[in-house]
Amino acid sequence: MTILLWTIQLLFVPTVSPLCFGVIKKIKAHMQNRIGASIFQPYQDIWKLLHKDEVISKDASWIFRYAPVIVFSVTVAVGASIPILSFFHNPFGDVLVIVYMLSLGTFFLALAGMDTGNVFGDLGSSREMTIAALAEGGFIFSLLTVGIISNSTNLFAIASGDIFAHSQSIVSLLLAFGGFFIVLLAETSRFPFDNPATHLELTMIHEAMILEYSGKKLALMEWAASNKLLIFITLAINLFLPFGIVQSASLLALGVHSAIFFAQVFVFCLVIAVLESTMAKFRFFRLPDLLVVSFILNVIAIILSIH
Amino acid sequence: MLELIASPINFFLVLSLFMLGAIGSLWYRKNDSIANYWSNFFAIAGSVWGIIFAIALFVVGRDLSFSFHLFPVSFFSLAFNIDLLAGFFIFTISLITLFCSLYGLGYVKHFYKKYNIGSLGFFYNLFIASLLLVVTAADGIFFIIAWEIMSISSFLLVIYEHRNTKTIQAGFLYLVMTFVGTTFITLAFLLLYKYTGSFNFGLLKSHIASVPLFIKNIVFILFVIGFGAKSGIIPLHIWLPEAHPAAPSHVSGVMSGVMIKTGVYMMLRLFLDILQPIPLWWGIVILLIGLISSLLGVLYAIAEHDIKRLLAYHSIENIGIILLGLGSALTFYALGMPALGLLGLIAALFHTLNHAVFKSLLFLSAGSVINQMHTRNMEEYGGLIRYMPQTALFFLVGSKAISALPPLNGFFSEWLTFQGLFQGIAQLHGFTQWVFILAAGSLAFTGGLALACFVKAFGTIFLARPRSQEVFHAKESDLPMHVGMGMLALTSILLGVFSGSVTRVLEKVGRDIGIFHDTLSFVSTSSYRGIHAGTDFSFVSAPLIFMLLTGIILVVIFVVYFLINKNQKIRQSETWNCGTSLNQRMEITATGFARSIIVIFRRVLKPSIQQRIEYHDADSRYLLKSESITMVMSDVYNKYFYQPLSATVVWASSQLKKTQGGNINVYISYIFIALIVALFLVL
Repeated sequence: MTILLWTIQLLFVPTVSPLCFGVIKKIKAHMQNRIGASIFQPYQDIWKLLHKDEVISKDASWIFRYAPVIVFSVTVAVGASIPILSFFHNPFGDVLVIVYMLSLGTFFLALAGMDTGNVFGDLGSSREMTIAALAEGGFIFSLLTVGIISNSTNLFAIASGDIFAHSQSIVSLLLAFGGFFIVLLAETSRFPFDNPATHLELTMIHEAMILEYSGKKLALMEWAASNKLLIFITLAINLFLPFGIVQSASLLALGVHSAIFFAQVFVFCLVIAVLESTMAKFRFFRLPDLLVVSFILNVIAIILSIH
Repeated sequence: MLELIASPINFFLVLSLFMLGAIGSLWYRKNDSIANYWSNFFAIAGSVWGIIFAIALFVVGRDLSFSFHLFPVSFFSLAFNIDLLAGFFIFTISLITLFCSLYGLGYVKHFYKKYNIGSLGFFYNLFIASLLLVVTAADGIFFIIAWEIMSISSFLLVIYEHRNTKTIQAGFLYLVMTFVGTTFITLAFLLLYKYTGSFNFGLLKSHIASVPLFIKNIVFILFVIGFGAKSGIIPLHIWLPEAHPAAPSHVSGVMSGVMIKTGVYMMLRLFLDILQPIPLWWGIVILLIGLISSLLGVLYAIAEHDIKRLLAYHSIENIGIILLGLGSALTFYALGMPALGLLGLIAALFHTLNHAVFKSLLFLSAGSVINQMHTRNMEEYGGLIRYMPQTALFFLVGSKAISALPPLNGFFSEWLTFQGLFQGIAQLHGFTQWVFILAAGSLAFTGGLALACFVKAFGTIFLARPRSQEVFHAKESDLPMHVGMGMLALTSILLGVFSGSVTRVLEKVGRDIGIFHDTLSFVSTSSYRGIHAGTDFSFVSAPLIFMLLTGIILVVIFVVYFLINKNQKIRQSETWNCGTSLNQRMEITATGFARSIIVIFRRVLKPSIQQRIEYHDADSRYLLKSESITMVMSDVYNKYFYQPLSATVVWASSQLKKTQGGNINVYISYIFIALIVALFLVL
């Protein structure tokens, strides 16, 4: 049983995550009056890329070669540390651990962007680090808010506890969720922070960093990006809106709760897709304002959550 | 056996090894090579013996107190007190000096025939010995003497490359700041003497009740200024980014790694031990200083492109983080929550040790790079990972540790600091709670900005293509330097993986301080060698994180590279270049990388940008000949604090000059007036 649970915990994020990308792309296509590719297209892309030959820059060092493995593994490790099934607790899942583990991925991603000496990669890294640095405060504080409400910074304890027990904490939960959603968009390179669809040098951040990659390494980088999106969506659902977390090991509970969970994931994808279809990307120097808003929302949330 | 090692005799043996190294290297000053090996050999021997002594002290768990009355005066004696706190600092100092001296064996070679190796060895050993005296002295006057030996020997090490006028300037600034600091410390000890009648730390502690609160508050402010100047808190930090870069790299490592911590040590000693009980606002002041220093320190670091200045600013940031731990310890204890106070103290001590390790590692690897490149300007580096692969790896480990990335050591001490601050947010009210929220927020942003800063540093130094011709001649540094850096990198990893055990040892150190004797600990170490904060509040286990990450990485490598498409071909080619040929001017620079953060924080950093354009033809401004952009951060501390201060002093002395007419009659009348005033006072 434990082995089965560990397998679910480890494989859930990497297996489901490409689907999110597929769904978002499909919704965006519909909003642009296109039919769009199948929602399983990202799986086929990853599979195809894994079988391709590669071209690597002469200037690249081992950082460039190993960064995709590290970046991808970090997302899998973080995926194993976040609550998916509420009755299964594992010894990971501390708020600060996942925040700084994701930073480890960002660190290598940004270094890989600089490694080939391509100006696109350089600028992408510079922008990514700027946004990551400013998002850190909002990220830690939004998770801290739910931590203080449930009196534990262990994500599993937060997810399995009854976060709506105190009616006073609803407002602070809402504020913290707002702050967390801004961080979600920033950390997963979505509108209005980054444009995941273009390779236009003026707008891109994440795509610029992985511009030099091809073949297996590109597959890992793309996959890591989709893992990160699912990690953030899962955190948002299971910490702030925990209706869909599987409460017991019975099949019925599993069926009902996972249906609710996937419906919630779909709603998140829908919101992201609608945002990307209806609004413009912000100017780069407007982004700090948004991140500061996220931080301040969380400070207010923390103040309100303590009685 | 251990009892025997943890004895005063052995402490003197450690000191005498350093003194032997100092005197011997002066004796052999005519021969560069012998002087170098002699001084560093004895420094290594002394450090190793110091580590053994400190470990024995821990195992035995007994305080050593001894004193010598060498002079027939009642107020001065050579009094030593080596408790576990002092033992912890002896351990940290010896650990860092061991690796720095190993590195020094190789590093000092490039000074041969240029500067006097004998005097370098003399002052280096004297410096280390004085560090040990500072943390063991238990008498005010003896302490100040040791403190001054430390300051002066480090000053002479800073100006070692004395043919460079900039070095002399940096050294002079350091000397002035350190003397200002000492003045405040001396004043504070004199004030305490006035009310307790003793300089001895033990007697001070037992008579502290006779000091009125008002005087105690003044003493606190004096001590914070005095020791803060040495630790480099903002705004007393101005000497640090000048002096640390000027010194030889292994000395910078010791200065940044342990010397600035002596200020922290004395704050711990005084505020947690000798001056207890203390009012609440002291802790809050330390917290505020910590949050300002950490946030501003890292911001200034980001704006730097001089590698050693960048690291020096990071020292200010990390002192800030240590003070966040100490400040929360003081606040919690004053509020009657000793368990959380102990947590803050453990965090502060752990970060002190961690910062000593990774900062000296970074200084040493920066030193290797500078040694090859002959410049500290990062804009002229680039691509060094191919020419100095091991140094790059060591620098990478240091960067990850200082950016608090798990599973390296920096993460765990920041984790503990965060836990203290989180508890403050959750359990306190009103103004104190706000201070803790601000402190936690600044620590969160500091972590993110430090990460950005080290991506910038590692990227511009080691990655991409070389930006100057010098890079092509760079060679990997020699064996002793490798060993020094490699051992520090290993220590950094081990302190991370065994963070649970380290925490347990540090808890013992914390309990050794009187006020925490019977405190129930908030942190506990149990399953998986992890650290628990509270019963259920937080848990982190370094070995598990380490295993999870390594396991997943190995599986991913196996699946992706050995199962799927084994026959993949990898072709090497040019970096994508849009059809032009790339040259080094098309890469991002350190300044360019940091530009967006500098623009965002322009209110704080106050950058000024000067653009100079030359045209081929002055009348038609179409053909550019050259264009240069200089970006400078204006030094607000000099402009708004130090320059007005020095102007005021100059003005006051020029006013005073008017009384000096040069006429002998005037002077005689001064004497007469003074005599009459004195008579009236006596009568």
